[in-house]
Amino acid sequence: MSVEAREARQPWILLSPALTAVALLLFVPLIFIVIYSFWLRTATGADQVGFYLDNWQEALTDPFYRDILLNTLKIAAITTAVCAVMGYPAAYFIARSKGNKAILLLLLMLPFWISYIIRTMSWINILGVSGAFNSTLMALGIISEPIQMLYNETTVILGLVHFLLPFMVLNVFVSLDGIDTNLEDAANSLGATRWQAFMQVTLPLSLPGLAAGGLLCFVLGAGTYITPMVLGGPTDAMFANLVFEAIITQLNWPLGSALSLMLLVVLGVLVLIYNRYLGMAQLMKGLG
Amino acid sequence: MTRKMDNTTRYERLRERYMNGDLDRRSFLGLIGAAGLAYGVQTPFARFAHAQEVQQVRFDGWGGVVSEAFREHAFAPYTEKTGIEVVDGTFGGGDEYLSRVKASQEGEYNIAHLSGVFDYARYHNLGLSTVLNEDNIPNLQYVIPKLIDVFRNVSDGKLSCVPYDYGTTGLAYNRKYISDDEAKEKGAKLLIDEAYKDKISGWSDWRTRIWYAALQTGQNPNAIEDMDAVWDAVRQHRDLSVKYWGSGAELMSLLAEEEVYVTEGWSGRIYALQEQGHDMGYIDPPNGMGWQECLFVIKGSPMEACEELLNFMLAPETSIAVAEGQNYPPALDPQKVDLGDKIPTLPAFDPTGKLDGLTFADPAYWNGNEQEWSKTFGRVQKGY
Repeated sequence: MSVEAREARQPWILLSPALTAVALLLFVPLIFIVIYSFWLRTATGADQVGFYLDNWQEALTDPFYRDILLNTLKIAAITTAVCAVMGYPAAYFIARSKGNKAILLLLLMLPFWISYIIRTMSWINILGVSGAFNSTLMALGIISEPIQMLYNETTVILGLVHFLLPFMVLNVFVSLDGIDTNLEDAANSLGATRWQAFMQVTLPLSLPGLAAGGLLCFVLGAGTYITPMVLGGPTDAMFANLVFEAIITQLNWPLGSALSLMLLVVLGVLVLIYNRYLGMAQLMKGLG
Repeated sequence: MTRKMDNTTRYERLRERYMNGDLDRRSFLGLIGAAGLAYGVQTPFARFAHAQEVQQVRFDGWGGVVSEAFREHAFAPYTEKTGIEVVDGTFGGGDEYLSRVKASQEGEYNIAHLSGVFDYARYHNLGLSTVLNEDNIPNLQYVIPKLIDVFRNVSDGKLSCVPYDYGTTGLAYNRKYISDDEAKEKGAKLLIDEAYKDKISGWSDWRTRIWYAALQTGQNPNAIEDMDAVWDAVRQHRDLSVKYWGSGAELMSLLAEEEVYVTEGWSGRIYALQEQGHDMGYIDPPNGMGWQECLFVIKGSPMEACEELLNFMLAPETSIAVAEGQNYPPALDPQKVDLGDKIPTLPAFDPTGKLDGLTFADPAYWNGNEQEWSKTFGRVQKGY
């Protein structure tokens, strides 16, 4: 075998464990889900094997699913916007800080050491009727009765922001950290104020990081079901909750498969659009 | 009734004879080898006979105080006696667990603490049931006959489970805000009382929501005639509720933290709250929801080891200790077994052992409507 041929094979040999894992753990289950989506659930809960379009017809034509999907996209968009507004200044502060950058990044990563469910449930102890916020306000005499703050769409968004903010900060930080600070100095020396230098130099250069963080926040936010389940009221369901219900409560795996594929396609299209205009390289940097 | 000797006892006796010197080493090893050969020959996986030795049984239950009671009073002593480890798992609801079992390989899940004859019928209809050798469970004789018969009716006279306890899903309310008189007077309609808007909750289980909506609209839950009225009542309750709860722990937390003043709740969990010092009231409205729980052996399980565990758990001393720990009356017949002092004080307890005062869900009726009602509830729940 020639040296060139050996060198051409080497990346594939190194990649093969990861490719095998992805094939077995992602693509094979995905194929099963696609097959399942064409089966039917019988009255006893057993699955009827065959090729039926009923689940797809229901998922694509029933306004119930469309409305919940639109509401999910709305909640994910609001969450992403809040994360961007809150995350950018934090990332800027970390990127421009001198000496303690590592500690600040460590602090940013700290929440990941605690289970996502525990972090979500912690809001019950903060915003609940007997929670820290109400107790403090009552102790200060500001309110006489506890305020009902939990179990609505706002607390769902709050829980999602709590979960997703570090993803935004990390992506924006990676982008800002790669910008040469001399560029801002050059803009200042040419007469630009600090604000103008930021708006015309730093912000445009950091937009790929902001977009990568936004994509991650949006995709992860749109696919969650724990947060609305723990912090939402009776009507605050997201699309992933429908998948959960179809599969777990109704034992309707075929319909649940069709719904999960529908969500996958919608979010996949967003990723493709992102990739078309910005490329995946920035996202990989942020995740790395 | 003669009891067939289980493998554990058989090997224990053999070892005892060898240790006492009644059996020489050659004979002992020969008998062990013969047993292994016989076991190996009868299975298609003879060469893996050693690996098939039952070392553990998986048990799945409702978690919280219920699982704590099982662990302390049943599993630990059973493991000590038999050497078989009980792997103790939990689930939040019967639907979720059934989905897990459906996705699993045979033998992965063994015994489940299932609720209601409804679930028993679903498991049976999905081909997940087994046939218990009742000779291996002599303690079954102490169980209330009515509780056994309903299971037999579902599975052609055979049993895939043993009844274990029973309880009710009644009205639980905070006495600081709602008096006993008010709760009795309003009954199930307390859950749709505008005066408690945003202080009401309920279980996210579609059966419970429909059952209580039937009571709120003056209908028999086992023969509903006006389903539109029921859905309207479910919507009314949804709009007044701050949140649906999804587990016993969440139910207890919502009441204890005073996030809600009234909800329907599981009798044992409310009793646990009362024991913790919370001033909770609990009543079963007329036609309130009664249920029984069973220990169900799932297809593919090691039957003898499971039957031995079931027999151990049905032994009066174990069953009573578990019942006192989980606050649900045991399935033992009070006419045959002295249940002690605490159990007669538990909610839903029936001293006659006939259970005539409780209304149970008709499994055929509820299973027949499951597909349509669970789906519709999923929509109503989300504001439709």
